[in-house]
Amino acid sequence: MIDVALFFSAVIFVIGVIGVLTRRNAILIFMCVELMLNAVNLSFVAFSRLHGVAGQVFVIFVMTVAAAEAAVGLAIVISIFRHYESVDLRNINLLKG
Amino acid sequence: MHFALLQALGPPHPLAGTIADKLWLLPLLPLAGFVINGLLSLRAAYHPGPADPFAAGHGEGDAHASGAGHDDAHHAPARHPFAAAVSVIGPAVLIAAFGLAAAIWMAMLGAGDLAAPYVERYYAWIPVGALNIDFAFQLDQLSMVMVLVITGVGALIHVFSVGYMRDDPGYPRYFAYLNLFVAFMLVLVLGASYPVMFIGWEGVGLCSYLLIGYWYSDKANADAGKKAFIVNRIGDFGFLVAMFLLWANLHALDFAGIQANASQLAFGGPLVTTICLFFFLGCTGKSAQIPLYVWLPDAMAGPTPVSALIHAATMVTAGVYLIARSGFLFALAPVAGLTVAVVGAATALFAATIGLKQWDIKKVLAYSTVSQLGFMFIAVGVGAYATGIFHLFTHAFFKALLFLGSGSVIYAMHAAYHHTGKHDDAQDMRNMGGLASRMRVTVVLMWVATLAIAGIPLFAGFFSKDEILGKVLERAAGSSLAGAAWLGIPGSAVLRAVYVVALATALLTAVYMTRLMLYTFHGPNRTGEAEREQLHEAPWIMTAPLVVLAALSAVGGWLNIPDVLGGLGPVHVLGRWLEPVTGAATNLVGAEAAVPASTEWGLIATAVVVALGGMAFAFLRLKPAALVPKAAMPPATGFARVLENKYYVDELYDRVVVTPVVEGSRTVLWTGVDKGIIDGLFVNGSALLARAVGWIGSKLQTGQLGEYAWALALGVLAVLGALTLR
Amino acid sequence: MASPGLFYQFHFYLFGLLAVGGSLLFVTRRSPVAAAMWLVNVMFCISALFVMLDAQFIGAIQVLVYAGAIMVVFLFVVMLLNLGHPSEIVDLRGNGTRITAGIVGIAMLAEVLVLLKVRLPAVLPAPAETANVTTAIAEPLFRQYLLPFELTSVLLLAAIVGAVVLAKRRV
Repeated sequence: MIDVALFFSAVIFVIGVIGVLTRRNAILIFMCVELMLNAVNLSFVAFSRLHGVAGQVFVIFVMTVAAAEAAVGLAIVISIFRHYESVDLRNINLLKG
Repeated sequence: MHFALLQALGPPHPLAGTIADKLWLLPLLPLAGFVINGLLSLRAAYHPGPADPFAAGHGEGDAHASGAGHDDAHHAPARHPFAAAVSVIGPAVLIAAFGLAAAIWMAMLGAGDLAAPYVERYYAWIPVGALNIDFAFQLDQLSMVMVLVITGVGALIHVFSVGYMRDDPGYPRYFAYLNLFVAFMLVLVLGASYPVMFIGWEGVGLCSYLLIGYWYSDKANADAGKKAFIVNRIGDFGFLVAMFLLWANLHALDFAGIQANASQLAFGGPLVTTICLFFFLGCTGKSAQIPLYVWLPDAMAGPTPVSALIHAATMVTAGVYLIARSGFLFALAPVAGLTVAVVGAATALFAATIGLKQWDIKKVLAYSTVSQLGFMFIAVGVGAYATGIFHLFTHAFFKALLFLGSGSVIYAMHAAYHHTGKHDDAQDMRNMGGLASRMRVTVVLMWVATLAIAGIPLFAGFFSKDEILGKVLERAAGSSLAGAAWLGIPGSAVLRAVYVVALATALLTAVYMTRLMLYTFHGPNRTGEAEREQLHEAPWIMTAPLVVLAALSAVGGWLNIPDVLGGLGPVHVLGRWLEPVTGAATNLVGAEAAVPASTEWGLIATAVVVALGGMAFAFLRLKPAALVPKAAMPPATGFARVLENKYYVDELYDRVVVTPVVEGSRTVLWTGVDKGIIDGLFVNGSALLARAVGWIGSKLQTGQLGEYAWALALGVLAVLGALTLR
Repeated sequence: MASPGLFYQFHFYLFGLLAVGGSLLFVTRRSPVAAAMWLVNVMFCISALFVMLDAQFIGAIQVLVYAGAIMVVFLFVVMLLNLGHPSEIVDLRGNGTRITAGIVGIAMLAEVLVLLKVRLPAVLPAPAETANVTTAIAEPLFRQYLLPFELTSVLLLAAIVGAVVLAKRRV
């Protein structure tokens, strides 16, 4: 079943990528990134069936980091929202130039 | 100073250890003069105010006499502050060089028979692989003759210039250039290899440009300088190609080496003929033969002593020296020799016809120089190298005298015009006339020169010209030249035609020189009422060198008395002196049989008749009284107009060569290559490329996070693609 | 070990397809809340897949942490910023972008699948049976990977501080 799991993982990852590319709401883009991380976790676990438990340990770390990242990222989004009154990605272009 | 003298192995040369060791000092003295005078010239003559004399052009811009008590607002107020020092240094280095040359000559005489040249190598100039060119000087009989002429006549002309250029604001600059010229000319004649000679060759070309365009504020003078340099350059190309061919085939560029290897060249073969013809191309440029003579008449824009030194006595004779020096090559190529003789003859006649109808006194002398150079080339073309050098020698004397004498005349005319403020042409013979009574010394000296150039017996020109004509006929009768064919015509017929042309030229020479004398010195004066009183003799500092030159013109020919006139003194002194250098080559070309005495007397008689006949014709047919001043003269018509306009050769060159080159350069090279490709494609194009790349970069840095996400995704795609494809 | 039984396979595919379908729906919802709900569903399905892959502990953690904490935070923020109403934000991009994104996605999928095909061994070896899953994870976690563990806790601390500082109002 591992190859099936990997197949599903790939599909979900790609769907996550499409989501990132097509959406304009910053928070929803964030959520798509979480989706991608989930897909990666799935493939880690699938591989851990082959190569030992290290894959699962890694999943723990990924989850932890995803949580931290979500917290900080959302804090940033909130402060941006306070400035621009919207979370539309088109407005956030201070990196221009 | 210690130079590492790399002497050849073997028994030491007889001249080693004598004063000849100081050979390097010969060009160094004038070079030092150049440096000193050059430094002095950096100090400006005056600080020009609003009325700058250069702003008001002065026609041909010849010497200005300040006159006494003049209040000319548009003239330089005083002489150059360092004029006194330069007046001493300029001629002094030349006189010192002449002294040294004379001492070296004494050493040569004392050393007895010198079969081999004395070569001093100073340092390895170009040691590149198999090519080893040393900077070396070669002292032998031929270079000694040239050195004496250059330093001797040069010293006299320097002294003359002290008086002539007295009030010129660029006085030190003039002497700097003149000294530099002599230095380069000495390098040219002392060089032991073609590259060293080429240094001098190029250098004298440079100095010629600098001196012709000496009064550069007048554009016509600058143009004349440019013309001289550019036309010379075309000849230099020929010289270079000949050197390359020599190197490629004989692997030697020094005279000794080439002479040793010359046997490898097939006699009359295409290689040696090509080499000689390319050398001759260089000579046509430097020595003003057809087709590259056009710069010499324009070069008269320079100061008159420059014309005397450079364009009469020394620089233009460099071509003759080259062929004499390369005798061992030219002797192997009869076709090249015939070409040289034919071109020389054609040029001689051509220039003489033009000289018949020129009104500017210096232009007449310029065309006379071209014509006489043609004679010299006839001589070296038929293999009579010593004879060519002999004519070079005598021509230096009487032509320098003629130029300097005309300089005195122009000086007087300028002084007269300055005094009255008239602005007529001071060099036009139609404005002269009757100067004999007012310039008694000059007129006598000029007549001496005229008799010499016309070939009147016992004057210098008679001996040299006659010898040339005799040698031509000698070789026509039987020699390697006579046996060869020139463009299908048998050599003997060519040589006989050359003889006839030379004889006709001698006739014309007598005519135009007598014409010059008649119009300038005799008949009524056409200068104008007010100016007439101001015409007077030149100061003694200008007349003294003329006297010396006149003496040499009178007796100089006695240096090479032919056998038939052996009663006059020792025969063939010069010929025997030059024998070790040119003898072998001369004999290779040489006549199978010497001309019998009766024929020789006949030739002499013919030459004398021609000379006297020409002068008589001029006396009888030309009426100086009928001349009017230049301003009033009606334009010429018919063939006279063609002659006066120099057969429209300049116009022809302009249309056929100059204009296409200029237009082609403008449209193709400038607009197409320079502006289009280099500016447009490379410079602007690379800027455009940078901007385009920057534009692409700017599109990547929009600040839009969505687009960054796209970039990420595409990057991942690319990396995965690379992995997949591997 | 014999090939897994039909029951097992059927449920595996079921949960997998539910996850894929859920994620498709997630990326196409206009309303952020609806999208978040579908994401929670996807996480549940993935958790089920974890359990079926013998990573029961991870499956539990997935529900607790991801679905239970992270998604809650997301929803909190969505509510906080009052983004719940679908009519206010036209969030999805135009058709051209979607098609291009689709192409990029399909290309990526194709490459990954090719790589899987090439890199994975044809016959997968049987995994080792583990008695106690938690012990199996805990042991390497606190032994070999102790340093990353500690670093991760430092990271969490930094994240907390950062989040507080960033989201603080200027008072």
